[in-house]
Amino acid sequence: MADPSTIGVLALQGAFAKHVSMLEQCDASLKVIEVRTPAQLWLVDALVIPGGESTTISKLLDLNQLRHPIAERLADGMAAFGTCAGLILLATKVLDGREDQSSFGVIDATVRRNGYGRQLDSFEADLRVRGVEDPYRAVFIRAPKVEAVGPSVEILASIAGSAVLVQSGSIMASAFHPELTTDLQIHRLFLELVRTS
Amino acid sequence: MAEREIVQNETATVRVKRGLAEMLKGGVIMDVVNPDQAKIAEDAGAVAVMALERVPADIRRDGGISRMSDPEMITGIQEVCTIPVMAKIRIGHFVEAQILQYLGVDYVDESEVLSPADESHHVDKFAFDVPFVCGATNLGEALRRIAEGACMIRSKGEAGTGNIIEAVRHLRSITGDIRKITQADSAELFEWAKRLGAPLPLVQEIAQTAKLPVPLFCAGGIATPADAALAMQLGAESVFVGSGIFKSNDPAPRARAIVEATTNFDDPEVLARVSRGLGAPMTGIGMDDTVKFAERGW
Repeated sequence: MADPSTIGVLALQGAFAKHVSMLEQCDASLKVIEVRTPAQLWLVDALVIPGGESTTISKLLDLNQLRHPIAERLADGMAAFGTCAGLILLATKVLDGREDQSSFGVIDATVRRNGYGRQLDSFEADLRVRGVEDPYRAVFIRAPKVEAVGPSVEILASIAGSAVLVQSGSIMASAFHPELTTDLQIHRLFLELVRTS
Repeated sequence: MAEREIVQNETATVRVKRGLAEMLKGGVIMDVVNPDQAKIAEDAGAVAVMALERVPADIRRDGGISRMSDPEMITGIQEVCTIPVMAKIRIGHFVEAQILQYLGVDYVDESEVLSPADESHHVDKFAFDVPFVCGATNLGEALRRIAEGACMIRSKGEAGTGNIIEAVRHLRSITGDIRKITQADSAELFEWAKRLGAPLPLVQEIAQTAKLPVPLFCAGGIATPADAALAMQLGAESVFVGSGIFKSNDPAPRARAIVEATTNFDDPEVLARVSRGLGAPMTGIGMDDTVKFAERGW
């Protein structure tokens, strides 16, 4: 799309308000809306799926009748960016999840929920990210661990051998939380992806 | 190149500790007293559970001293839960906090619902890697807790009453004073800091940002989906529900309804739908003869 005007942030639960604020800071002309209903979803050109509790968000996707509309939009090529729980919801395979949670499966990756441990193991680290000023400070909260990716997936950053920022076509996902910092570079990377896809 | 990837790996920074609270926003944290209740809470879509020995309504009924839960019960809940597990300590009881941190709980609640251990000091929360949530009845109390290292504030309300009136009072007091501070000029901020008994830099920060430096959640008295939505519309960013779920007639559907109401807090159509046919809420009690837990905390 040439001139993306509306970015949606899935606002069922989690750190959605921070994403809205980051996106607005990236580009004042961008329209950023919270998405809680199918009607709101049809208004957006791209969707951010924020961090939060993936089990809770998965349940609310069904309760708010958003699961099928989002799957449809993703199949049509809508760009999306998932952070933490959002990464889990975009992956093809989830380990240590709940039986009743399910994902959209648009990034060919195996992701272990809470793979880096509990809150006491949550951490910050410097990353090298392709296309981003070095080093990038990333915040990981009870983060999911990417254990394997398929050939269609490009690894943009990794830590100790595990991918933490990946891209596959018009989909981007991170194990960390760019919305918890003041650094806009990762959101800019996503907006660039939206523009070119 | 590989060895340059991790330049610095730090745990328990302020961002990391406040970060988990950010992830719990728009969610419901449920009090549970055993693994079975924890499963019901997680099944219903809770974002976290609070492990405690007795729900506040039973603490009120039984009287006596209430303390940190048995570690065996806490680890039992950690084993069945995939969502974050929180647990409570008595105000000022830093040894209970050391034990909970050792057990690996995800958040410690320094709570007025338990019997206070110290009548003038709260725990120095900067001394811990595990993040803390604390209750507050007004903005001054909230800022004192944040100055001690709290990474999340919950308005206290009155736990175990099923009566929302105190939660509304405390939320309105906190958000109302925040609004007033944003209107104050720089000289008036000194007076605000003095009046609130709060550190000046935090008051100045609120004047700039128009919000608390940490997430503001609501607790104490939520019994219905409408109560949860009321708290959210009054400016809470998440809700704690204690006795309201497991003291009601049919906990599972009520828990799920409160989760839906918290997400869709400004949509009367959803609120009307989820409020239907939930059975009797907890009976609840009036405030006249009630011991006020909220007065504990200094």
